[in-house]
Amino acid sequence: MRIALFATCLADTMFPQAAQATVTILERLGHEVVFPQGQACCGQMHANTGYFKQAAAIVENHVKTFEPVLDGEWDAVVVPSGSCAGAARHEQRLVAEHVGDSALVKRVDALSPYTYDISEFLIDVLGLEDVGAYFPHTVTYHPTCHSMRVARVGDRPYRLLRAVEGLTLIDLPDENVCCGFGGTFSIKNSDTSTAMVADKAANVMSTGAEVLCTGDYSCLMNIGGALSRVNSGVRVMHLAEILASTKEAPFEGHVSFQPSNDQVRL
Amino acid sequence: MTQTSQTFLGMPAASPEEQPHTGGWRTNVEVPQDTLRWGHTFPEGAHKTLANTQMRRNLGHATRTIRNKRQLRVDEMPDWEDLREAAEAVKFEVASRLPELLEQFEANVTAHGGIVHWARDAAEANRIVADIIKSKGIDDVVKVKSMATQETNLNEYLADEGITAHETDLAEMIVQLADDMPSHIVVPAIHRNRSEVRGIFLDRMGDAPEDLSDKPEELAGAARAHLRRKFLHASVAISGTNMGIAETGTVSIFESEGNGRMCLTLPDTLITLMGIEKLVPRYQDAEIFAQLLPRSATGERMNPYTSMWTGVTPGDGPQEFHLILMDNGRTKVLTDPIGRQALACIRCGSCMNICPVYQHTGGHAYGSVYPGPIGSILTPQLTQGLADDDPVHTLPFASSLCGACAEVCPVKIDIPTILIHLRARSVDVKRRLVPDMWDVAMNAATPVMSNGKAWLAATEGVKATRLIGRDGRIGALPFPASLWTRSRDLPVAPKESLRQWWKRTHPEGITPARSGLGAAQSTATKENR
Ligand code: SF4
Repeated sequence: MRIALFATCLADTMFPQAAQATVTILERLGHEVVFPQGQACCGQMHANTGYFKQAAAIVENHVKTFEPVLDGEWDAVVVPSGSCAGAARHEQRLVAEHVGDSALVKRVDALSPYTYDISEFLIDVLGLEDVGAYFPHTVTYHPTCHSMRVARVGDRPYRLLRAVEGLTLIDLPDENVCCGFGGTFSIKNSDTSTAMVADKAANVMSTGAEVLCTGDYSCLMNIGGALSRVNSGVRVMHLAEILASTKEAPFEGHVSFQPSNDQVRL
Repeated sequence: MTQTSQTFLGMPAASPEEQPHTGGWRTNVEVPQDTLRWGHTFPEGAHKTLANTQMRRNLGHATRTIRNKRQLRVDEMPDWEDLREAAEAVKFEVASRLPELLEQFEANVTAHGGIVHWARDAAEANRIVADIIKSKGIDDVVKVKSMATQETNLNEYLADEGITAHETDLAEMIVQLADDMPSHIVVPAIHRNRSEVRGIFLDRMGDAPEDLSDKPEELAGAARAHLRRKFLHASVAISGTNMGIAETGTVSIFESEGNGRMCLTLPDTLITLMGIEKLVPRYQDAEIFAQLLPRSATGERMNPYTSMWTGVTPGDGPQEFHLILMDNGRTKVLTDPIGRQALACIRCGSCMNICPVYQHTGGHAYGSVYPGPIGSILTPQLTQGLADDDPVHTLPFASSLCGACAEVCPVKIDIPTILIHLRARSVDVKRRLVPDMWDVAMNAATPVMSNGKAWLAATEGVKATRLIGRDGRIGALPFPASLWTRSRDLPVAPKESLRQWWKRTHPEGITPARSGLGAAQSTATKENR
């Protein structure tokens, strides 16, 4: 299959690993990945902060970039983020409706069925649970709110992880409770966000797992940042990075955090 | 007690005999003038309540208990989703036919001997209640727990008029005795533990036994004895209602303790304050909500006490029944086709019990008697406080949009979507002439994020702006990034950007030969020159 990669703005700037891993998995499975130029962002951050007019311009760009999939240029658009897949199905329509652009509503509706989170694509389209990965570590998985409740990826990530050779999956207590990221929420309500991520980090540490895995880099950044602050020794990895790892080529791209010497200094 | 040893800056230490026995924590909530708008923003409120570790423990424990009970009772219902859909449909019908249903309701209440009043706002509603009480020549009434009267700040208003209103719901009574504000719509004293309740009773409930312990049975026993005296000499009672039925003119109260039933049956006069949205069209519709409400609210299969009354019945119960139909901002909510869904709320509290934001901050942080997810969409609409200089406008932003609330809401209110919608309304009505930090950030990001070429240039620049100082640590970041870094470390920006990696691993933009699709390769070439 010919698959267009939507890297997402966050992967593009901060976490190329997730996008690289997605490419690695799909190519290993014998598919061709293309990287449509012109892509930037799905518009979620603007929409969720209430900047719908601005979000509409971003949605417009997103739709324009990936519309060739409708003409058969590619078979699907795959994104290593349940949150952005959810935005393609939900927020983009909301934005187009709010600004009264019915043409954009139609274009969003046409494109969104072709957009898949990587876990959906592997299981629903390729019919695979075992993607040939090898990862001999203990892992705990945080399902992330937008993957779970907006994109509705369900138990697909768990099924993929369970099929990974060598991997021990440990249940995360209160896994379906939000980690407190919420995009600009983490800044606008930083006190509350901090309290929430502290709970999440404590739950992660209570599992004793070596690796925390999610399907969204935003949440991984939030929880990873908190885990790093307390020197927990837990690594954070995107689902795709684990699935990209094999015996021959362990995936090396896991993200590192830098402590900040910036204590409360407004 | 620990408090006597603590002196906070600017707060004179009270002498030991003045110290209330509230188990270590006294409320620091001032009873506000306007109970929908206490005057602080959500971040300010949260900053204060998050520091209250005792309250957070109480809240965490209580919300988890109710959540688990609710889940148990929901899981045993094979038709739960059908019930939710039925409820949503009924409430949609109410929103679309509200004027005619209200007229039908009024006609039926009147036909059965009730007296209907209409109140445009809280002030009007309070005045009507006070006038009725005064006409009876009394200054002491009993009350059933009611969010409508919390919304109008009725007790305070009556106190100013020389009338004492006694809350008879146990939790509401605790809040009232402590000069506190409710922290939850179903469990108003959820932020208190039993040792604090014991302290409040000993300090404030004149007839509490001196040897009162903090055993729940003893506390309930003391409250029962205290309340019995109130019930027996009350001639006027005030209630809200869970549901009014247009077809029959019936009003109802669903409760757990039976205190409501006492108020609804013993006094001669009953005054019921009802928000105009709390209607269902048909008697049969009550069946749906009688199943959804108790399971959602308290995890009970059925409410221990369900009282329904239609006008007055000679020789049985109150002989005078006043119903006040209150708007107080609701018709304005109706004009917003997305936001109006909030009017479907049956005040079960499920959304706050599941909300991790509420669970940490408690209800007082929201600065309104409607806290939690529903409060975040209802308060700004009832007050129309969406301009950025109104503290209320921070409420739609008081959510991480995790969506747990919508999953549990028995009437399927899509709270996250309404939150986003209200954020957009708030941004649209910004009054500031000078753009704030968010305007600047969002406007600056837009041309970049909506244009591939600009985006490309910007991402290539990320490496250049890596924030690592000479010592390998991240330097002091300016506001607002400092709000992130004070509790979390930052990821290190990659050495190689995604596009650089792509160019390196896909030379000439051609995907590896194993794909073997010529046409596709040329596509890739074109897209990735
Ligand atoms: S919004 Fe839904 S869940 Fe929240 S209190 Fe109202 S009915 Fe209950």
